[in-house]
Amino acid sequence: MRVEQISIFLENKAGRLAEVTRILSEASINIRALSLADTSDFGILRLIVNQTAKAKEVLKENGFTVGKTDVLAVEVTDQPGGLHHILEILNGANVNVEYMYAFVQQSGNNAVIIFRFDNLDEALKVLQEKGIKVIKGEDLYAM
Amino acid sequence: MIFNTEFETLPREALEAIQLRRLRTTLERVYATVPFYRESFNKAGVTPADIKSLDDLRRIPFTAKQDLRDNYPFGLFATPMDQVVRIHASSGTTGKATVVGYTARDVAMWAELMARSLSAAGGTRGDIIHNAFGYGLFTGGLGAHYGAERLGASVIPMSGGNTKRQVMIMRDFSATILTSTPSYALHLAEVANEQGIDLKDLKLKTGVFGAEPWSEKMREELETKLNINAIDIYGLSEVMGPGVASECLEAKNGLHVFDDHFIPEIIDPVTLEVLPHGEQGELVFTSLTKEAFPVIRYRTRDITHIIPEPCVCGRTHIRIGRVTGRTDDMLIIRGVNVFPSQIEGVLMEIEGVEPHYQLIVDRQGNLDVLTLLVEVGEKTFSDEVKRLQKIERQIYKNIKEYLGVSVTVKLVEPKTIARSEGKAVRVIDNRKI
Repeated sequence: MRVEQISIFLENKAGRLAEVTRILSEASINIRALSLADTSDFGILRLIVNQTAKAKEVLKENGFTVGKTDVLAVEVTDQPGGLHHILEILNGANVNVEYMYAFVQQSGNNAVIIFRFDNLDEALKVLQEKGIKVIKGEDLYAM
Repeated sequence: MIFNTEFETLPREALEAIQLRRLRTTLERVYATVPFYRESFNKAGVTPADIKSLDDLRRIPFTAKQDLRDNYPFGLFATPMDQVVRIHASSGTTGKATVVGYTARDVAMWAELMARSLSAAGGTRGDIIHNAFGYGLFTGGLGAHYGAERLGASVIPMSGGNTKRQVMIMRDFSATILTSTPSYALHLAEVANEQGIDLKDLKLKTGVFGAEPWSEKMREELETKLNINAIDIYGLSEVMGPGVASECLEAKNGLHVFDDHFIPEIIDPVTLEVLPHGEQGELVFTSLTKEAFPVIRYRTRDITHIIPEPCVCGRTHIRIGRVTGRTDDMLIIRGVNVFPSQIEGVLMEIEGVEPHYQLIVDRQGNLDVLTLLVEVGEKTFSDEVKRLQKIERQIYKNIKEYLGVSVTVKLVEPKTIARSEGKAVRVIDNRKI
């Protein structure tokens, strides 16, 4: 049920982001979703790509510091209160969300949100108990 | 084991009485025989007769490396050449070589002190010593060699290089002690692994490492990889060679200076004031028994401190801490002396942080501003901003605490710190003073 996300350390200077996209593009890797967290002097780019291992390898070869984290891709009904419903479930179970961002494509009529939890197993259990659909990694990379 | 129980465990008062007697003899001799010392004493308005106590030593002028170069090659020798039986010289990569000489008694004294060092490391006459210090003008190889023979151990005169062969000999001859630079010992372990040999499985029990600065972290690595006790030894050719000071196996905490033969002092490298015991500063040596090449208050440029507390091993010789840097690299930030090696030490103590850093010093208005760039490796990296910021704060806090200066910490991508000839540029000083 887990989805592999890679994260990349970026200094806040011109051209670093473009350098990442150039490397991925040359390796024919497709970016499925992304989020960029930034501070005044550095940023962390988080990516979900169609070939995680290869992406990590080519980025490391080019001198980037790359990490890998497991996240969950959760289906959210595309209507008012859809995301709120899920956050309430998590809140009720005392599961903390570290960060989240939206997936580019829809799953049928539903939106897809990527969640990073401090306790992923607990989050997965809670969501599944409440009948929330969590998308498998291989399905997501191919969407 | 204490090699020379009589002298190594003398009560301090008795030791200091010997020091004073030997100091006065040495001063009188250099004043009479070496024009450089006579002139420098005269200029300072002091004669050997003025030295009535050990404290009076601070009235005597310092000797610097440049003085040795200015008197190249034999100008500071205190005996005629027909009494000199050995000559060594430093590499002189940063200028003219510095040349030192030894009489037969000097060579014997050096062998004795090196034997004391090996013995302090746990060595006995039953040991087989693999000596991988370079033989030649460098004092390391011959210094350790004569000490090993004086101890009565069997010495293998390997010198440096031909590492594959070294591994085979170390295994086939069942060496029990390795003497080398710490970095060469790690290299030996790597080459051995490539040959399918694990140094841990050999008979080695002890490594006596010196001739370059190393850290506690490196000690741990050496002890684990080679399954040995790693002992720190200190020396420099200007003062004698290896065996000026050495750690004991019992404490592995600070190096005993054989101070029946050398007086150590710690000075502030800027004000030249003698610092109280415990404070970090430049190490200065005065030799007490050397004949051919006595040194008077020689500034080593090595940074360390004196540990005055008695040692568990029973030796009464005073200890110095591990050498943590060179005065050449020293920066003065808002009046605080800062050594890049101290920054490295602080970084290495933080879990996961790699010591790849660069210090940038700027002056804004009249204030020095220090920026510390630290490369983010895989161990420190996290996908969460708060974790990286926590590391930045930790580095800031530890540096403030240990060094007393504030730095702006900036995390940077790996390999962004310029490396010239494989060596990183650690300090960029943009101040125009």
